[in-house]
Amino acid sequence: MSAMLVLEDGATFSGTSVGAAGFAFGEAVFTTSMSGYQEVATDPSFEGQLVCFTAPMVGNYGVATERSESRRPHARAVLMREARGPQWTDWLHEHGVVGLTGVDTRSLVLHLRDQGSMRAAVVTGDEDSPDEVLAAVREQPAMAGAALVAGVSTKEQYTFAADGAVRVAVVDYGCKRSILRRLAANGAAVDVFPHDVDADTVATYDGVLLSPGPGDPAPLTAEATVVQELLGRTPVLGVCLGHQLLAVATGHGTFKLPFGHRGANHPVLDRRTNKVLVTSQNHGFAVAADDHRSVTHSSLYDDTVEGLDYPDLRARSAQFHPEASPGPHDAASIIGDWVEGLKAVA
Amino acid sequence: MPRRTDIHSICLIGSGPIVIGQAAEFDYAGCQALKVLREDGYRTIVVNSNPATIMTDPGFADRTYLEPLDLEGVSSVLRRERPDALLPTMGGGTALNLARELDGSGILDELGIELIGANIDAINRAEDRELFKHTVEGCGLKVPTSRIVTSVDDLVGVSLPAVVRPAFTLGGHGGGFADTPEQLRNQVERGLSESPISQVLVEESVRGWDEFELEVVRDTSDNVVIVCSIENLDPMGVHTGDSVTVAPQMTLPDEAYQELRNAAIAVIRAVGVDTGGSNIQFARDR
Repeated sequence: MSAMLVLEDGATFSGTSVGAAGFAFGEAVFTTSMSGYQEVATDPSFEGQLVCFTAPMVGNYGVATERSESRRPHARAVLMREARGPQWTDWLHEHGVVGLTGVDTRSLVLHLRDQGSMRAAVVTGDEDSPDEVLAAVREQPAMAGAALVAGVSTKEQYTFAADGAVRVAVVDYGCKRSILRRLAANGAAVDVFPHDVDADTVATYDGVLLSPGPGDPAPLTAEATVVQELLGRTPVLGVCLGHQLLAVATGHGTFKLPFGHRGANHPVLDRRTNKVLVTSQNHGFAVAADDHRSVTHSSLYDDTVEGLDYPDLRARSAQFHPEASPGPHDAASIIGDWVEGLKAVA
Repeated sequence: MPRRTDIHSICLIGSGPIVIGQAAEFDYAGCQALKVLREDGYRTIVVNSNPATIMTDPGFADRTYLEPLDLEGVSSVLRRERPDALLPTMGGGTALNLARELDGSGILDELGIELIGANIDAINRAEDRELFKHTVEGCGLKVPTSRIVTSVDDLVGVSLPAVVRPAFTLGGHGGGFADTPEQLRNQVERGLSESPISQVLVEESVRGWDEFELEVVRDTSDNVVIVCSIENLDPMGVHTGDSVTVAPQMTLPDEAYQELRNAAIAVIRAVGVDTGGSNIQFARDR
């Protein structure tokens, strides 16, 4: 079945539908990760997005339940140069994800890189005209200003790992399973809380991890206030959106990146050691730093803030993904070292 | 990486004739190295026995020598030019083995020439199969079971099929597979005569396994970058030089690919390649 992608600036790209039929609205973004398509599709940080893979073939090695980073897919559509089935395309069908193959992904990525991530829609079939779709796209809300964590966070508290040398609370803004797995593998007992948990509830833990998540951090004022109330009471590690919330809680602003950082090969400079980490990244917003003394990591692509450290508040954070999945393990010790630090004072 | 100010002239060893395992990529690597070194203000000297290379064209180095790539030929160049440093990591196995010979002869110490790119211990760990095996096992990785053989009388108890690899030959020259005791004996005899030190490695065969390669670069600050992954469409047993390859790899799940990536980083650190690239090959049983 034929299908098309319509961007809010009027550009259209054609493809063939290999996933669920129908249409999907969202922000068109691209990821440069060459492997890990299932992890990408199920990462809650891709909520509300149409994800273009720069990888030339997607689906070669099938799917496996243990590779899902959450209960369901969050990408609303995947755009591919060449989709390979049947496992992957069946999976897209079963999970209601719109999938396009045969898309000129090179042109699409260059367009998004030059013009920025933007609202878009994917439509399967040929019943709708591009003009109708375009009009509908322009009525959709933009990603800037979108508060999406309530839709992906757990509704109830749950225990991921009951036993451990230290007790860690994870505030779930759209957490990936591999973060929970890494915490547990490093010897932490892990309880997971909804995004709107209050500070008193988690302050009793040996440490609190602020999870990644989708959307714009700016409208999350209630979550940022909770982080602010928490600071100084127990050690805090922020990852991705969690990093941005720590930044907001410590007085920084945030801004939207033109086309975001999404991929598994983003070089980050550790300013304390002058070493380079090759990291997994997935964020469309970044922290505006006025206080460079607290910045521990910065992007070697665009010099944006990639990590913060507030020793007095026992709080630190990473904009990139130390849990990888998909991506390199260069930064894995960020989670491991944090848990070790908690053990040392527990 | 900051420019070194304590050395002023650098001699680069080329890779000689184009053969499987040492093809035009080393000419390219040498050209790029000469360009960068000259840009940084170093006096460059290149030695290569192959006049059909780009690196020996006028303008690439301050001095160009078309000399045999052997101890005598390169020693005479070093005596004449007195470089501060010798760069052997751009010329493949030829240059690395020559660096070992030069080091062993004492001429580098005598003239005060520093090996740069990789020191002699790193070259030994990369080129000597037994040392390489210990180094790799030290990283927690597995290598096929093997034994060093210097005589056809050392073959009792070798499990078949096996692969015979002569020490210090290029691109696996003189090696081969053995499925029967007769083939094993013949391969070992041939390998011993091909090896400059009359030594072969008899190794458990992994023919038919999947083959992946990672191109890895490391600097003196211990930063490591994977330039790319490469997937061989032909399995182990078909030489990489004959195999169709695809980059990046397209059939491994992320967790399996990261395992190879972590392993490649561990190996380049353990071998001790200080600056420059390595091609690290893995066999993987699917």
